[in-house]
Amino acid sequence: MARITASVYSSHIPAVGAAFDLGKTHEPYWQKVFSGYDFSKQWEKEQKPDVIFLVYNDHATAFSLSMIPTFAIMTGPEFQPADEGYGRRPVPPVIGHPELASHIASEVIQKDFDLTIVNEIDVDHGLTVPMTCMFGKVDAWPCKVIPFAVNVVQHPVPSGARCFALGQAIRAAIESYPEDINVQVWGTGGMSHQLQGPRAGLINRDWDNEFLDRLIDDPEGLSKMPNIDYVREAGSEGIELVMWLIARGAMADTRGGPKPKVAHRFYHVPASNTAVGHLILENA
Amino acid sequence: MSLDKEFKEIPGTIIFDAEQSRKGYWLNQFCMSLMKAENRERFKANERAYLDEWKMTEDQKQAVMARDLNAMMALGGNIYFLSKIGATDGKSFQQMAGSMTGMSEEAYRDMMINGGRSIEGNRRIGEHGDAQRTNKDK
Repeated sequence: MARITASVYSSHIPAVGAAFDLGKTHEPYWQKVFSGYDFSKQWEKEQKPDVIFLVYNDHATAFSLSMIPTFAIMTGPEFQPADEGYGRRPVPPVIGHPELASHIASEVIQKDFDLTIVNEIDVDHGLTVPMTCMFGKVDAWPCKVIPFAVNVVQHPVPSGARCFALGQAIRAAIESYPEDINVQVWGTGGMSHQLQGPRAGLINRDWDNEFLDRLIDDPEGLSKMPNIDYVREAGSEGIELVMWLIARGAMADTRGGPKPKVAHRFYHVPASNTAVGHLILENA
Repeated sequence: MSLDKEFKEIPGTIIFDAEQSRKGYWLNQFCMSLMKAENRERFKANERAYLDEWKMTEDQKQAVMARDLNAMMALGGNIYFLSKIGATDGKSFQQMAGSMTGMSEEAYRDMMINGGRSIEGNRRIGEHGDAQRTNKDK
């Protein structure tokens, strides 16, 4: 049967992708950001995941105001990096896993999570920047990816509690897939940042670190935090952090298993307008 | 159930909800059109003529031509959509975000390097933080 071996959490800042693509990773400003992923690149080489279930949000790239799905699972075979107005990022296409993705959709929809199913979509920096951080420069991504998009652009966005419960349903679905494959679940976005208005530039280091602590030790309690707290404390775009609870809900301890091991934790301010947070949790 | 009114009590912040989305629908969809190179060229060649092809209000068109991001936000724009105008102008996200704060580009960049804007005094309208400046404009 398929196994979830680990969950990975990471910011997905577009400027980080641009810095990587323009060869700026050794400049002191960016070196501090990329150094947080040195461990992770080595770790991924050892982990050799077969599939990543990657939770991200689209930033007015593939979804405009004409369609705003709250939760969308991508069941297609291949997804191109999007042109977000600066040209496509020079990264490989993302190869999907239509069979596993369709299985997950079928299972969780029957557990009352009403997903939107998407077969054709270009994926934006929300997905490709964490891939770059975790795998570096590659000709082809070393594993398949199931993109999963969450609306965190137009309020109301889903609550942390709903995301956490969805993560638990996704875990059950993955573990009922008959092939023996190694699956990681990633949650991306955040940490504190605000990109708009006179409060732009907001960073809340204490809140971010408490979020990381609670994500590790008390995810269920954390999942009950109302959305207003994310926006007030972590900035209007800090609401992206609800997506991390989907990945956390997919870990074994949320259904009576052992607590995960913290393999890696990193926090740095700033990358452009944003606090960078990164965490790797391994199932025991 | 409408959105908790506490969302409207955060200083220097506009929450993009269904009401803002309706108000800004064509402003945001105009921004999406700038994802295509040929549209960017047409917009740059004659901004007024290009904007007149969209069902936007005069206020929205004026805000776009003035590149007044705070005004565009107040008129229903969402920053992820508005960023397409910045991309057309060759601006980075940091330049765009900074332009909404009343700070110089350099002062904003320095603030970020020094840890960003503090949350203290900036949680609720009526406190005394540095983001309270334009509450009267909201």
